[in-house]
Amino acid sequence: MFDLLGITPQALYSQLLIGLINGSFYAVLSLGLAVIFGLLNIINFSHGAQYMMGAFIAWLGLTQFGNWIGSPGMQINYWLALLLAPLLVGALGVVIERTMLARLYKLDHLYGLLLTFGIALIIEGLFRYAYGVSGQQYEIPEVFQGAIDLGFMYLPKYRAWVIVASLTVCLGTWFVIERTKLGSYLRAGTENPRLVQAFGVNVPLMITLTYGFGVGLAAFAGVLAAPIFTVSPLMGADLIIVVFAVVVIGGMGSILGSIVTGLGLGLIEGLTKVFYSEASAVVIFVIMVIVLLLRPAGLFGRER
Amino acid sequence: MKRKLISVLIGAMLATTPFVSSAQSAKKDAPKATAGAVKLSDGIVKIGVLTDLSGSYSDLSGAGAVLAVKMAIEDFRAMEKGKAFPIELVSADHQNKGDVASNKAREWFERDKVDMITDLVTTSTALAVMPVAKEQNRITIVNGAAATLITGKNCTDTNVHYTYDTYALANGTGKAVVKQGGDTWFFLTADYAFGHALEKDTTATVQANGGKVMGSVRHPFPATDLSSFLLKAQASGAKVIGLANAGTDTTNSIKQAAEFGITPKQSLAGLLMFITDVHSLQLKATQGMFLTEGFYWDLNDETRAWSKRFFEKHKRMPTMVQAGDYSSTMHYLKAVKAAGTDEAKAVMKKMKDTPVNDFFAKNAKIREDGRLVHDFYLLQVKKPEESKYPWDYYHVRQVIAAKDAVMPVSQSECPLLKK
Repeated sequence: MFDLLGITPQALYSQLLIGLINGSFYAVLSLGLAVIFGLLNIINFSHGAQYMMGAFIAWLGLTQFGNWIGSPGMQINYWLALLLAPLLVGALGVVIERTMLARLYKLDHLYGLLLTFGIALIIEGLFRYAYGVSGQQYEIPEVFQGAIDLGFMYLPKYRAWVIVASLTVCLGTWFVIERTKLGSYLRAGTENPRLVQAFGVNVPLMITLTYGFGVGLAAFAGVLAAPIFTVSPLMGADLIIVVFAVVVIGGMGSILGSIVTGLGLGLIEGLTKVFYSEASAVVIFVIMVIVLLLRPAGLFGRER
Repeated sequence: MKRKLISVLIGAMLATTPFVSSAQSAKKDAPKATAGAVKLSDGIVKIGVLTDLSGSYSDLSGAGAVLAVKMAIEDFRAMEKGKAFPIELVSADHQNKGDVASNKAREWFERDKVDMITDLVTTSTALAVMPVAKEQNRITIVNGAAATLITGKNCTDTNVHYTYDTYALANGTGKAVVKQGGDTWFFLTADYAFGHALEKDTTATVQANGGKVMGSVRHPFPATDLSSFLLKAQASGAKVIGLANAGTDTTNSIKQAAEFGITPKQSLAGLLMFITDVHSLQLKATQGMFLTEGFYWDLNDETRAWSKRFFEKHKRMPTMVQAGDYSSTMHYLKAVKAAGTDEAKAVMKKMKDTPVNDFFAKNAKIREDGRLVHDFYLLQVKKPEESKYPWDYYHVRQVIAAKDAVMPVSQSECPLLKK
C-alpha cells in the first residue's frame, strides 16, 4: 500500500507522531478557549498573547531573573516556570476579568471579542517593543535532552513529554468540569446564575476563577512550547487563528470536543504534510468550512 | 444565536490574520526651501519607508529601517549646512502583504505626493509596488526584498535593487558549501516568490559546481513547526539541507534540526541569514555556518563608525538591509540635488551615472536593470570562544568581487538590458 502512495511507512508514522505533538498544543489551547467560552460566553481573543506571555515568563525566569535581583546565578527553572507562569498569567487574567470583562457579560459577544483582541494587541506590542521579533532561545531542560530511537524516527524526549503533559492536563480538566461537584456548580452557574446564587454559591467569584484558569492553561502551553519554538512576541498570533478554527470545528464551548478535535486536526495536518505539504496551512480551514456547512454547531456542539 | 456568533468569529479571524495594521506618518519640520537651484514638483522631497513594522521581518528592517533613512536625511541636511531642500519622511507597515503595500503606495503617490519609496522588505511587496511607481513615474529603491525577479523579468526603469539578491546569496553560500564537500542538497523552501527564487538560484549554483539536488519541500510562511518538513529533508539523505527561508522560519529550522538529531549528521546552509538571526540563536547554535551578506558592521573603520552611530540609537547593530537603506537614501538625495529636480527619470539617470562611494559600497554602479553592482562577503559564524566583544559574530572568509557576485547581463531576463 505504501508503495502505491509513493511514501515510506517511516515517513507516515513520523509525520503522524509530529501531528500528534502539534495536536497536543492545539488541544491545550483550544481547551482553555472552550472553558472560557462555555462558562463565560466570552470569545477570548487574547489567548494567543497569554500563551506567548507564558513562554516569555519561562524565558525571563531562566535568563533574566537573576540579573534583576542582583545575583546572576539565581534562576527560575523549567519546572518552577511550569507552575509559576500559569499562576502569574492567570492572576493577570483575573485582574482583566474583574476590571474589564465583567462589565461586558450582558452585551453582545462582539464586545468581549473586541476587548480581548485589543488587549492582545497591547500585550504583543509591549513585548515587541521590549524584545523585538527575532525571538529568544530557551534550552531544553537537561532531563529531556536527547532522543529515543523508535525505529522509524528519533523522537526527542522533550516532545514525548509534551504529549504526556498536555494529555494529562486536558483529561484532568475534562474530569473536573464534567465529573466533580465543583464542575457541576460551574456548569449550573452558567446555565442559570440566579438560581445557583440563591443556593449560596458565589457565582461571580466562580466565573472570575474560571477565566483565570482558562488563561492559565494558555500560559501552561506557552511554557511547554518555549523549548521547541523560538520565543517571540508573534508566536501566539501565528497559532491562535488555527486554534480558533479548532474550537469552531469542535463546537464552541464543548470541552471534550476541543480536546478530540485538537488532537485530530493535528493528525490530519501531519498527514497533509506527507502527501502535499503546500496545503498544510489550509487544510484545517477547509475542514472548518465543510463542518460548518454540515453541522453549523460544530462536531460536538449543541444548537441553542 | 450560535450561528451569528460563529460568523462573527470567523469574520474576526479573517480580518485579523496578521495582527496590527498601523500606518504612521512621522512629519519632520523641514527647513524652508532655500536651495534655489533644485526644482521640486511640489516644493518638497517626500520619502516613504514601506516596511514590515510588526511581523517576522521587523527586526531585520522595520523600525531600524525608518531610523536609517532618518539618519540619512539628517546627515544630508548637515552636509548641506542647512541649505538643503525640504525633505519629509513618512513610514507605514505593509504587513508583508502585496495588496496592502500596493494600496499604500498608490495612496502615497497620488494623494501624499511621495517621490520615492524605499526598504520594501518581502519580495511580494516589492513586486507589487514597483509597477505602481513606474505608472506614476516615481522611484522605488528595494533594500529589503531578495528575489532576482526584481531586476529580472519584472524589472522597471524607475527601480533600484540596492542591497542584495538571491543570486548573490546562492552564489556565495552555495559555492562555498559545495567546495567544503557538501555536494548533495535538499531544500526547505518558504512557499512564496522569495523562497522559490532562492531555491532556483541556489540549485543552479550547486549544479554548476558539480553538486546534486535531491529534492525540496515547501512550507507555509510563516510556519511555527518545521519539524515535519525537516524530517522529509532528513529522509532524503542529502548532506546539506539548504534553508531557503528567512527570519523566524530560519531560526526555528535551525533549532528544531538540532532537536531531532538532524544536525550535525547533516549540515544546514542558511541561505538568507541576517545578523539579527545569529544574534537571536547565539553562536553555540550557529557556529561554523556559512552565510553571504552585502554588508557586515565590523568590516573596517568606516563601517564600524557608521554602525556605532546606528547602534547608539537602535541598541542593535545594523543589518545589511538597514545599512543599505541609509546608503541608498543618501545616494538618492545627492542625485536629486545634482539633477536639480525630483522628476523620476532625471533622478534615476543621475543615480545610475554616479558611482556609490561610502561605507556601504566602493565604486559601485547601478546597472541599467536597476541592480547595484557591489562587493559581497562570504562569512562564517565564529565559535563562541572566538567572539571577543558584543556582536563579534563573523569571520570574513572571502570578499566576493562585484562582477562575480551579481547575475551576469547574459543571464538576465530584464528587457531593459536587451536594448
